[in-house]
Amino acid sequence: MKTFRQHSILIFSATVLVLFTAVAIFAPFIAPNDPNYVDLTQKLQPSSKDYPLGTDHLGRCQLSRLLFGARTSLSTAFIVMSITFCISVPIGIFAGYMGGIVDTWFIRICDMLMAFPSFLLSLAFVGMLGPSYGHLILAMVCVQWVFYARFIRGMVLSVKERSFVMAARICGTSPFKIAIKHIVPTILASVIVLLFMDIGGVILSISGLSFLGLGVQPPYAELGMMINDSKPYFRSHPMLMMYPGLIIFLVVISFNVFGESLRQWLQVERRL
Amino acid sequence: MIEVQQLTIKTKEATVVRDASFQLTQGKVLGLVGESGSGKTMTAMALVDLLPEGVTWSGYISYHGKELKTFSKEELRRLRGEQIAIIMQRPMIAFNPVRTIERHFIETIRAHQAVTKRQAKAIAVANLEKMGLPPLQILSQYPFQLSGGMLQRIMMAMTLALEPAYIIADEPTTALDTTNQLTVLKELKAIVEQTNVGMLLVSHDLAVIQYIADEIAVMYNGFIVEQAPLTSLIKSAKHPYTKRLLQAEIGRENSQKIVNNIVQHDSCPYFAACPFAQVSCQSLPPLLEVAPHHQVRCIQIERSKSVCPSSK
Amino acid sequence: MIRFIYKRLLGAIPSIFGLSIITFLLIQLIPGNPVLTYLRVSNIQASEEIVQALRVEMGLDQPLITQYLQWLTNVLHFDFGTSFISKRSVLDEMVLHFLPTLQLTTVAFLLIIVCSIPLGVTSALHKGKWFDRLTQLFAFSSVSLPTFWLGFLLIYFFSVQLDLLPVLGKGSVVHFVLPATTLAIGYIGTYLRLIRASTIEVLEEPFVLYAQARGLKERTIVWRHILKKAASPTLTGLGMSFGNMLGGTIIVENIFAWPGMGQLLVESIVNQDYPMIQACVLLLGIVFFLTNLIVDILCGWLDPRIRLAGDRIK
Repeated sequence: MKTFRQHSILIFSATVLVLFTAVAIFAPFIAPNDPNYVDLTQKLQPSSKDYPLGTDHLGRCQLSRLLFGARTSLSTAFIVMSITFCISVPIGIFAGYMGGIVDTWFIRICDMLMAFPSFLLSLAFVGMLGPSYGHLILAMVCVQWVFYARFIRGMVLSVKERSFVMAARICGTSPFKIAIKHIVPTILASVIVLLFMDIGGVILSISGLSFLGLGVQPPYAELGMMINDSKPYFRSHPMLMMYPGLIIFLVVISFNVFGESLRQWLQVERRL
Repeated sequence: MIEVQQLTIKTKEATVVRDASFQLTQGKVLGLVGESGSGKTMTAMALVDLLPEGVTWSGYISYHGKELKTFSKEELRRLRGEQIAIIMQRPMIAFNPVRTIERHFIETIRAHQAVTKRQAKAIAVANLEKMGLPPLQILSQYPFQLSGGMLQRIMMAMTLALEPAYIIADEPTTALDTTNQLTVLKELKAIVEQTNVGMLLVSHDLAVIQYIADEIAVMYNGFIVEQAPLTSLIKSAKHPYTKRLLQAEIGRENSQKIVNNIVQHDSCPYFAACPFAQVSCQSLPPLLEVAPHHQVRCIQIERSKSVCPSSK
Repeated sequence: MIRFIYKRLLGAIPSIFGLSIITFLLIQLIPGNPVLTYLRVSNIQASEEIVQALRVEMGLDQPLITQYLQWLTNVLHFDFGTSFISKRSVLDEMVLHFLPTLQLTTVAFLLIIVCSIPLGVTSALHKGKWFDRLTQLFAFSSVSLPTFWLGFLLIYFFSVQLDLLPVLGKGSVVHFVLPATTLAIGYIGTYLRLIRASTIEVLEEPFVLYAQARGLKERTIVWRHILKKAASPTLTGLGMSFGNMLGGTIIVENIFAWPGMGQLLVESIVNQDYPMIQACVLLLGIVFFLTNLIVDILCGWLDPRIRLAGDRIK
């Protein structure tokens, strides 16, 4: 039974997310100043008409950097999730549908990769490849795809035995068509819910890596990186550190709430 | 004596028991018979106030004159097991799978009696032997290693160890095969005879109840539709449902749909299934005494004893 | 019990091999010539002869399989090579840094258990009431908190404003408080919810009803019956988290200047000290894996059904 409360939480969190996304997309139009413009004469200013939230240690407008930082975090997470989705869905379906030795090897590879904590593995990847935006995305995708592919494979295994798939096979439908027309629609809902539930974690990882200097590189603004930059000044100017973190927190919690209520709405099984 | 009057049990969706009244006397067995969904297990659980979440009961239940509603939490706890014990329906799932029988036994005894573990174990051993079970072997086993029949008897042993005044046996034979069924029934009979407990025997199988009950109450759709001493019921049952039960002598599966619809309205609970139903049967009949200690809930019988063929 | 452990250990061997393969392959990801990197980092001028000599010395002229086997043999002899930077044995550095990380993670782990179990069980018992709602809110938020932000917030409030707790480095017991709390809070939230859900599930089981019907005290029922049963699924998660926490320490150590493996790893990444990176990753991976294994075995101990599957009395 879908209660009013469930409805309203879902809609509320969806609205917040849409707002954040809108801000991220329109950041170039909303931001009062250029986020990367360095003006050392203006360093560490309090809020004023020109700089509504003050400036950072390099004289850059804090508000603009926050807006662009949110934009970077969100867009990077989106890119990572999209690529993960595009990779893991075919692989998961393939492994699950084919079964046999393909599946066995797939599981072995997954087990090997999952033997590491994911953040550590991404860190190591970026560490080896060298810090850059492209490497960041590559590292995160390489670590993320395993979980999704495995989940999808599991779902495929259970869907494979269901009557409509059997019927399609008996009719001689090609496996490719079966995959697209039958399997994908059945599992799509669960996968999308999963994506939403995990994207918060991805954002945290991205900002975590950027905080360590191994993620998004300057001069681009990124929320985690901004926190790292403000480290030396945090006693005198704590707000430089507060705002980026607050925004990360709000974005992540909105995604988590949305993902959770979406899951309840669609009644997807909890994956653990 | 446990007295129950006008017991009504409601879940969030429907009323599952309405206006049930009966008495449990020590030394006597009351059989509660009805199909699944008739409300009999709920009635039994209400006696110890252990209804599931969201289910409430109203009415009057008293133990030796003291009303159940006035019991404190601690008094309720002591009541359960010591005064009135339950032998549950499916013994396989009633035990905690990760604890041995010994621990089950000892904790039950020590929850009610101030004895040491060793003394408790001795009591356990004695009671298991009474049930014809090898005590030391059983005590060290985990529940999943034992069969349903054995667990049923272990439950009975645990029940007896506390020497309660009343026992509720909820479908004690349902989960067993026929050979075991008879054994369990014989044991229950022996228990009543030897220890003078008052027993409430709940079952969907009239044959089982006939074996040891002194008095029988027939439930349908949440109402008690007939209540009489054993011989009276068997020889001269009045309610059409009771008659059908006696003819069939087998319990039947019920369709839940009927249960939820009718108990809400104020009509005869058996209206939809009664072969003798008439338009006038659509009002709720009260329980009427038609013979000494023999009560029936049927409009036709209330009206006149010759109109409805079921009153013969 | 022994047979069970033996079976599990046997199954673990292929996974450990997989671990080593991945760690080895990580090095292969390095763009460019590792020899040149080494020379650059060590401030040695590169010339044809030196490069060639180093290639041979590092075994880089061998086929990949041989390199892997050589590396593996070294590892099994606890020889992880020498650090590009400090020129000391990698093993020495790692041992020095491993202990603080282990201590921090253990303290955080204990903190998680001590906080989440009572909170989880209590909120399950009082489902729907204000205590439950409050803890749920807390749990949800704590998972969304960025560790690095939380760390700074805690520092700001407890150290700067209130001047209660020390911030940087490792020293006395008090130094553990802030870093361990930062590390633990996210997990407390998750486990609280898990334990709560588990307890709610267990509360509906028939054996709980029967325990009540036997007149057992509520305290007995909760702590003796429910906990053991509810603990099993949670324990698996907790064990896996121990490994995850090892990843989380990376950030916490950075914030609080804690001299542990996390610091070592980040430093070596920044300095491109490849042998060190490789060894750290391998070590952390193995610890992660071992904790999972131990948890697996513990579950078998707690739930005899897993252990004894197959013995029955009729």
